Amino acid sequence: MKILVCISHVPDTTSKINFTDGDSKFDTNGVQFVINPNDEFGLTRAMWFKEKQGASVDVVNVGGPETEPTLRKALAIGADTAIRVNTPAVDGYQVAKELAKVVKDGGYDLVIAGRESIDYNGAMVPGMLAELVDANFVTNCISLEVDGTSAKAIREIDGGKETVSTSLPLVIGGQKGLVEESDLRIPNMRGIMMARKKPLNVVEATSAETETSSVKFEKPASKGAVTLVDADNLDELVNLLHNEAKVI
Amino acid sequence: MSVLVYTESENGKFKKTAFEVASYAKAVADQLGTTVTAVAVNADDVSELGKYGVDKVLKVSNADLKTFNAKSYASVLKQAAENESSKVVVVSSSADSKYLAPLLAVNLDAGYASNVVEVPSSTSPFTVKRTAFTNKAFNITTIDTNVKIVGVSNNSYGLVENSASATAEDFAPSVPTSGVTVESVDKVTDKVTIADAEIVVSAGRGLKGPENWGMIEELAEVLGAATACSKPVSDLGWRPHSEHVGQTGKPVAANLYIAIGISGAIQHLAGINASKVKVVINTDPEAPFFKAADYGVVGDAFEVVPALIEKLKAFKAANA
Ligand SMILES: Cc1cc2nc3c(=O)[nH]c(=O)nc-3n(C[C@H](O)[C@H](O)[C@H](O)COP(=O)(O)OP(=O)(O)OC[C@H]3O[C@@H](n4cnc5c(N)ncnc54)[C@H](O)[C@@H]3O)c2cc1C
Ligand SMILES: Nc1ncnc2c1ncn2[C@@H]1O[C@H](COP(=O)(O)O)[C@@H](O)[C@H]1O
Repeated sequence: MKILVCISHVPDTTSKINFTDGDSKFDTNGVQFVINPNDEFGLTRAMWFKEKQGASVDVVNVGGPETEPTLRKALAIGADTAIRVNTPAVDGYQVAKELAKVVKDGGYDLVIAGRESIDYNGAMVPGMLAELVDANFVTNCISLEVDGTSAKAIREIDGGKETVSTSLPLVIGGQKGLVEESDLRIPNMRGIMMARKKPLNVVEATSAETETSSVKFEKPASKGAVTLVDADNLDELVNLLHNEAKVI
Repeated sequence: MSVLVYTESENGKFKKTAFEVASYAKAVADQLGTTVTAVAVNADDVSELGKYGVDKVLKVSNADLKTFNAKSYASVLKQAAENESSKVVVVSSSADSKYLAPLLAVNLDAGYASNVVEVPSSTSPFTVKRTAFTNKAFNITTIDTNVKIVGVSNNSYGLVENSASATAEDFAPSVPTSGVTVESVDKVTDKVTIADAEIVVSAGRGLKGPENWGMIEELAEVLGAATACSKPVSDLGWRPHSEHVGQTGKPVAANLYIAIGISGAIQHLAGINASKVKVVINTDPEAPFFKAADYGVVGDAFEVVPALIEKLKAFKAANA
């Protein structure tokens, strides 16, 4: 089985979010970038397939040279080859189109992406990709088994979960549950050394087609100070929630 | 040309989000000087949609659409959009809508903006405000394609009543076979889900152990709220993963979010910040959550929560 894991390169969850150039660009100053958490669960599940079922695992990112350390980290975790499509990610559709080309050219059977990226939060790249390459698609995926060309997946839905059966070629939008938090791997010294020798292929972008354009960013309005209510005076809290906040 | 809206139902009854997206679609239709057409799949009584501004309902009744299937539903919506020559399609942020919207976008050659929190500030160029960086910021985006799909963030627009009345029309689209078959659905039906809830009661590691969640569930019940938890609580197995909220869990955009024994780490706050009113109950007055909250009680959850339950019961009795 040939697996491709899509890796989004995102600011670490502790990052302070600021903008530059008249609020049109994300300010990367002092920001640590990581593998998108949802993709990390997917990559770890891919390593399980590699080790238990003999799959090959490639990783891909659509982005500029600055994303290479993130791809190297994925190689250090155990991916075989990394691919970087050399163009800045502008919108979900453009990224999905570039990924579709990589998937077709590489003949991948299973594409593991994340449910959503924590920077763009589009939750759109995996579904668009699936449709563009005419593959089956399961998102919010919290469990995945593959047997030959059949697959069984569990998907989180609002208020519960759903078990589905499907077949390869398949694209999934993964999240925690695909593997547990405790199964995530931190690259060790040997992995880091090996990653240096593994191929990181840079391919040129084919289409620059986009459907949306970012105009600018805004930060949420800063909040007023908290109103403290004495623990012995909870009537006051009920009163405030009813009469002032009007939420009960 | 009418604005098309996908109004979700469950067991024949519309979800609250259906009325919210209908209200939103009505606002967009007013901006564009057109009408609203809703697509309702296997819903019993569609007349209620008129109250939220829907002019026409395309009623789809088809046993093959009994369980949600993204591919089939996307195809139904595509046929409806073409039927109506719609230039704008509005969907919600439910798990199902987020599943089908990217498929629909490709099929309609439409640009898609998800997590949209306001009506368009301009319809030409079509400009919307959406959350990004997991609620740490907003992104103003234009959708540049001829057909546009807007995914409305839950509880961001609210329900707006209109005195229109909806006409219903039977619509029989073809339903393609999907390569994904739903084998079984395991769903709690008697509980409010985090996605649909107006109020969410959430608890963290401060509760010490899973055996102490009785009072959290009781508080939620009194308020008609959904229950949620912080990430370590689900990692420890005290509560199911599906209750984990935050940057790497579920987002919460409720009207009221009550955090009990949760410190307020940046990853937790990111996921719940879109909630309108936040209340924190914590023994530590220095807990970061107090900086993010609107109302706070410095106190022991094991004393404050039971007392609050009593006060709320009394309040409900008095206001019944
Ligand atoms: C990559 C990454 C992603 C993450 N994503 C998320 C996420 O999506 N969601 C999330 O929640 N976290 C997330 N975290 C974890 C986050 O950093 C915090 O560790 C976590 O939110 C803390 O959970 P907590 O507040 O329940 O526990 P703690 O930080 O241990 O806080 C417990 C709180 O309870 C209070 N307390 C103790 N006893 C009582 C009592 N009797 N009554 C009242 N209060 C009491 C304490 O004062 C304290 O403030 C993530 C972390 C990382 C690294
Ligand atoms: N620039 C990118 N390069 C590679 N994969 C991406 C990129 N952007 C998004 N993805 C994948 O698509 C998923 C969902 O992203 P999004 O649609 O932005 O929420 C991510 O978790 C990644 O797996």
